[in-house]
Amino acid sequence: MSGMAVQPVLLWSDALLFVLIGVIVALVLWARRQDALRAAWARVAQNGVAMAAATVLGVFVLIGLLDSLHYRARLESPAGATARYAVEVNSALDALLADLRLRTEKTYSAPLATHLFAREALENSTQREFPRLQYGGAHLGENLSGRGLDIAVRVLRGVGGGLVVWLLLMLLARRIKVGAGGTAVRAVAVTLLPILLLFGVAISLSGGYHVFGTDKVGQDVLYLSLKAIRTGLLIGTLTTLVMLPAALLLGILAGYVGGWVDDLIQYVYTTLSSIPGVLLIAAAVLMMQVVIDTHPDWFATSAERADARLLALCLILGMTSWTGVARLLRGETLKLRELEFVQAAQAFGVGPFAIMRRHILPNLMHIVLISLVMDFSGLVLAEAVLSYVGVGVDPTTISFGTMINTARMELAREPMVWWSLLAAFSFMFALVLAANLFADAVRDAFDPRSSA
Amino acid sequence: MLAYIIRRLLYAIPILIGVNLLTFALFFVVNTPDDMARMQLGVKRVTPEAIQKWKAERGYDKPLLWNATAAGSAALTDTIFFSKSVRMFAGDFGRADDGRDIAREIGDRMGPSLAIALPTFVLGLFVAISFALLLVFFRATALDFGGVVLCVAMMSISGLFYIIGGQWLVSKVWHLVPISGYSGGLDAAKFLILPVIIGVIGGIGSSARWYRTIFLEEITRDYVRTARAKGLPERVVLFRHVLRNAMIPILTGVVVVIPSLFMGSLLTESFFGIPGLGSYTIDAINAQDFAVVRSMVFIGSVLYIFGLLLTDVSYTLADPRVRLQ
Amino acid sequence: MILSVKDLTIHIGAARPVEGVSFDIAPGECFALLGESGCGKSMTALGIMRLLPLAAQVAGGAVEFEGNDLLALPESGMRDVRGGGIGMIFQEPATSLNPVLTVGSQIVEALQLHAGLQGAAARTRAAELLDQVGIPDPRRRLDEYPFQLSGGLRQRVMIAIALAGSPRLLIADEPTTALDVTIQAQVLDLLDDLRRKQEMALLLITHDLGVVARMADRVGVMYAGQLVEVAPRRAFFAHPAHPYSVRLFAALPDAERRGGRLATIPGSVPAADVRHAGCRFVERCSEVMPVCRSAPPPWREVDAGPLGQRVRCFLPGAAPGVAPTVGAGETPLAFESKPLLDVTGLQVHFPIRRGILQRVVGAVRAVDGMSLQLMPGRTLALVGESGCGKTTAGKAMLQLLRPTAGSVLLDGVELTTRSTGELRPLRAKMQMVFQDPFASLNPRLRIGDIIAEGMQALGTGAKSGGDMAARVGTLLEQVGLRADMTGRYPHEFSGGQRQRIAIARALAVNPQLLICDEPTSALDVSVQAQILNLLSDLQSELKLAYLFITHNIAVVDYLAHDVAVMYLGRVVERGSADEVLRHARHPYTKALLAAVPRIDGLGKAVVKLSGDMPSPANPPAGCHFHPRCPLADEACRRSYPAERLFGATHAVRCIKA
Repeated sequence: MSGMAVQPVLLWSDALLFVLIGVIVALVLWARRQDALRAAWARVAQNGVAMAAATVLGVFVLIGLLDSLHYRARLESPAGATARYAVEVNSALDALLADLRLRTEKTYSAPLATHLFAREALENSTQREFPRLQYGGAHLGENLSGRGLDIAVRVLRGVGGGLVVWLLLMLLARRIKVGAGGTAVRAVAVTLLPILLLFGVAISLSGGYHVFGTDKVGQDVLYLSLKAIRTGLLIGTLTTLVMLPAALLLGILAGYVGGWVDDLIQYVYTTLSSIPGVLLIAAAVLMMQVVIDTHPDWFATSAERADARLLALCLILGMTSWTGVARLLRGETLKLRELEFVQAAQAFGVGPFAIMRRHILPNLMHIVLISLVMDFSGLVLAEAVLSYVGVGVDPTTISFGTMINTARMELAREPMVWWSLLAAFSFMFALVLAANLFADAVRDAFDPRSSA
Repeated sequence: MLAYIIRRLLYAIPILIGVNLLTFALFFVVNTPDDMARMQLGVKRVTPEAIQKWKAERGYDKPLLWNATAAGSAALTDTIFFSKSVRMFAGDFGRADDGRDIAREIGDRMGPSLAIALPTFVLGLFVAISFALLLVFFRATALDFGGVVLCVAMMSISGLFYIIGGQWLVSKVWHLVPISGYSGGLDAAKFLILPVIIGVIGGIGSSARWYRTIFLEEITRDYVRTARAKGLPERVVLFRHVLRNAMIPILTGVVVVIPSLFMGSLLTESFFGIPGLGSYTIDAINAQDFAVVRSMVFIGSVLYIFGLLLTDVSYTLADPRVRLQ
Repeated sequence: MILSVKDLTIHIGAARPVEGVSFDIAPGECFALLGESGCGKSMTALGIMRLLPLAAQVAGGAVEFEGNDLLALPESGMRDVRGGGIGMIFQEPATSLNPVLTVGSQIVEALQLHAGLQGAAARTRAAELLDQVGIPDPRRRLDEYPFQLSGGLRQRVMIAIALAGSPRLLIADEPTTALDVTIQAQVLDLLDDLRRKQEMALLLITHDLGVVARMADRVGVMYAGQLVEVAPRRAFFAHPAHPYSVRLFAALPDAERRGGRLATIPGSVPAADVRHAGCRFVERCSEVMPVCRSAPPPWREVDAGPLGQRVRCFLPGAAPGVAPTVGAGETPLAFESKPLLDVTGLQVHFPIRRGILQRVVGAVRAVDGMSLQLMPGRTLALVGESGCGKTTAGKAMLQLLRPTAGSVLLDGVELTTRSTGELRPLRAKMQMVFQDPFASLNPRLRIGDIIAEGMQALGTGAKSGGDMAARVGTLLEQVGLRADMTGRYPHEFSGGQRQRIAIARALAVNPQLLICDEPTSALDVSVQAQILNLLSDLQSELKLAYLFITHNIAVVDYLAHDVAVMYLGRVVERGSADEVLRHARHPYTKALLAAVPRIDGLGKAVVKLSGDMPSPANPPAGCHFHPRCPLADEACRRSYPAERLFGATHAVRCIKA
């Protein structure tokens, strides 16, 4: 055998995501040495709501990270021949959820259903009937009367499983004596319980049913919802990451150097911000689409193409949102510039760039952090709207926006196909609410004004 | 004061030029008209003739910036830049792909847009400020805490959900108002009431929370302590002293969007079938009608810059420190 | 008794900023609460008014005002007391008035509430009140906004608002701390006058012994949330009984202690959340006995009688005085040397832009042609009120701000014409110590890095990292800190310690000239003494020259060899300390000296200044001082006076001198 069983694929967005995680780890290490920052994080940790939100976010991030380890599976090939790999790019999450991913039905089916949603003309029959699902409830065979009991049993089993895992975790935590922060541990534990119970129930049910039903092409909605998490996380974080260097550089330069540099930078960001965000994004995305469509040869796989479009969307969103952060940083730099420690450095003849790096930048990091967490939820929500408008991610990329977009065609249908909308909105709500609550705690802990 | 306004107006000119150049670059330099033609016509039908025809129909068959074949000033004017970008300053936006005059279309659609956006804005502002004042009056009580949690929860819900959920509940389940549509005159009310209410509810979470923060910041100031030391009741302290001062930061955030109300709302209009500028823009985006999108970008910027100007003026009026110096 | 506070205790979470405070105020009496920052005196006042911040609450005690227990009143009843029975004014007149309401409406508001006046009657009464607090042209002022008034006038408006309800008690929380000394004198006079005319009691909260001496009938000294001594003014100033009070007096700089050391109180005030088994002052007291640590000291009467002197201390009899360290007087002068710093005609103008095209239509003349010389190893004090341009001048000398015109010679080398790069090697010779110890250290850097910054930037430090660390350690010990503190961050240090670090940072590059910009004005008296001692030790050790920028005349008297008095961007009088402070000739200098409240309570032949300093954007023609000068005549209005010499070193810019 030559070659590995899988060929790892590093998409650009994966790479940037790992860079982002690297940056966060580096920042955490730096912050650990800074007493003031450590104290601020300690304040976040003492906030029960914040820690609960962080737990929820952590679960989302874990799913997103699993979904960012991409590979191409090895195809069956005769021994000795060079290994060939599938065109399809999958992720570790796809591998874990292979059952959900592969069990596609023909079209819509309601949550936990055993039949399709719409009547169809069956073979050997003149009547239009609800066709039986290929996978949903297949284990029940012809005897559908046992469905209610089966579901109840599975739910109980799931609850039991979740509870057992939770208790094991608690034992483990007690054994290794996690931290001293009682509030934090309690909040995490209390949050983990419902999460684990939900997971248990979902896993147990999805063995035999489509928990959230299926969509138009018969894909499992639970699978789609879980896949959409990565897109939301990427848009929420990478956008800020790609705009941050520019915003930091220009904001600090404008504030510290002043004069014509300030005038020029202010002109640039006033001009950019005067174009209504959605329109600028729409225009830029339309243009990007033309570029991508006219250069199909740039991308080896459709995954790469979709990924390029996702990154381009982040870049465009970043282009339109850096102005706010830059303005904030400029204002803060103006204040810092007048502080006496900056003048003390000037009295030693320290150069302007050294002052910006040593004295200004570290004192702006809390603003960067606050804007990072505050922007996140807005961006996740914006993705849905943009994808709905048609200027969001690639239609083949699974995201909350594309889920809603495909589902809206069915809004007028009677009875309504509500499950993929509700699933998308619920997941989005959980993610955004957790992010908002966490962001609030971070802001309260880091903003010198609110801690007064 | 007058000199100030004139100076702000003068400052708007380079910004408008910048916006114009930016849109030109975005629409004609990032992609050539040939690229756009190829994409619009689709891979199958692309022939050099078809591309030429597509460009000629839209006036994209000229040179970008300098027409070497034309004589005199036409070398500058008979170009894409002049005919498509510079002429926007004169209110000439050209024609849409369906052949209609964009400027006229915009004029027709401003009314319906405004009919939704203006009531939403006014009502939303009133409701959010009242709610924030209520929370501040009961600050540090369970009511305040619950209110903030409600705000955070409401702002965590996607705007699409408010619209879809509202339509489903009010129109499909309760059958109170038509699900979508529009008509002129007083009859419009039945079409407008639901989108306005949904707009107000959708915006209340984030704005009420923001106003509350402003009020709370204001309430810690020394002059509030002075007002209490006079023996004023809390109600008077809040309405007379805090609200007056808090209006200054609120104005700066709020006035800037007033001119942009003309642009309408993309989502609301497209869901409710309101023939305004928002749905016009969405249709253009979906049809990839570059001329319309370009025009809307320009108009949006003009309105925003006008909003900035209004903000400066209102700020000046609200704050005696700025007004009298 | 009009006000009687019994065992007042205030909690903020676990902290006890006020614990068991009791005192009485008789009608018409002025009772001063004296204490350093953070001792709980403002919190006590807010507790009486029930205006505490949300986090704080009264945990016990009683406040009786005219026989009513204020703590038991419903909120509506308390509102009648606020502004009606008890008026209150605050420290910061700049922020204590509502910026978007007119002065008139803010007074009328109180009149409607407490005097039942409406409309025109209220307006007339408001104008009367403004007139009563000494605001000229009161009718016009009614329609102005607070930002249009100077600090002194704003504080007068605050007093007018407080008077609107004809209160029987006025609580004044540091009413003059934010004001200049000449304005302070005006406001104190006004308060004293009103108190006598209206028979209003006054609860005066202050940290300034001079203000207490000027105003109080009785004094209560607060320390760490408790009253430690209560005494009639005369007794208190004649023989303070608590060791803390004794030390406070000894820490005050003045001319007698010149060249000697000030008594200091070691350490700092304990934090409010520390629990005390015994006396709160025990860690800093020089007379400590074993019992002081185990039990809280009881009240002991030094003088009998209800209004006599009482002290909370175990020491029998009065605390022993601190032996006056009479200074060695003048250090011998080295007259042969040429000046280290020679400034001539220094100007710093900031352009004022107006109109559509933002043309320069004028200039704020912050520094407008000042000249001075500083000899090596000597201290020159640059004295003036806020806004006179003294800080700007200091920064311009260091070239932190580029001067508009003039010459600055450092050791004979012209600085103003040098580029930033050319200046760098010279920066090791001159350094600055700033006013605010909290803003002058970067909170994100360790102390070691802060001190080493100059050495790294100027390359004056040691070659190796180890040498650098050793040098930083030496510097820390030189300023009275420990060498092992290099790894800590600024927030772990108190204000006084931070100022020591800032001094070490400046010393790191071995400067010859140190420009000290109000280095002690943000510090409490006891800590100020520590820093002043340190500065004078360093001077004799390292032969440093100081340009000491300050508004504090007592500090000048204690440490300056030479003095230059600034008014509106120019030096109006300069000479040796003795010449300027004892034989002042300029009317402004005289007024400035007379306005300083003295702790011996002796008033001089008082030269009171009226009005405020004019704006440096539009200085008066002729002598800048003439609109406020009691001696001014036609000649003063015509041209700015030339410098006149009285003796070798005493120069005055006044034609009447």
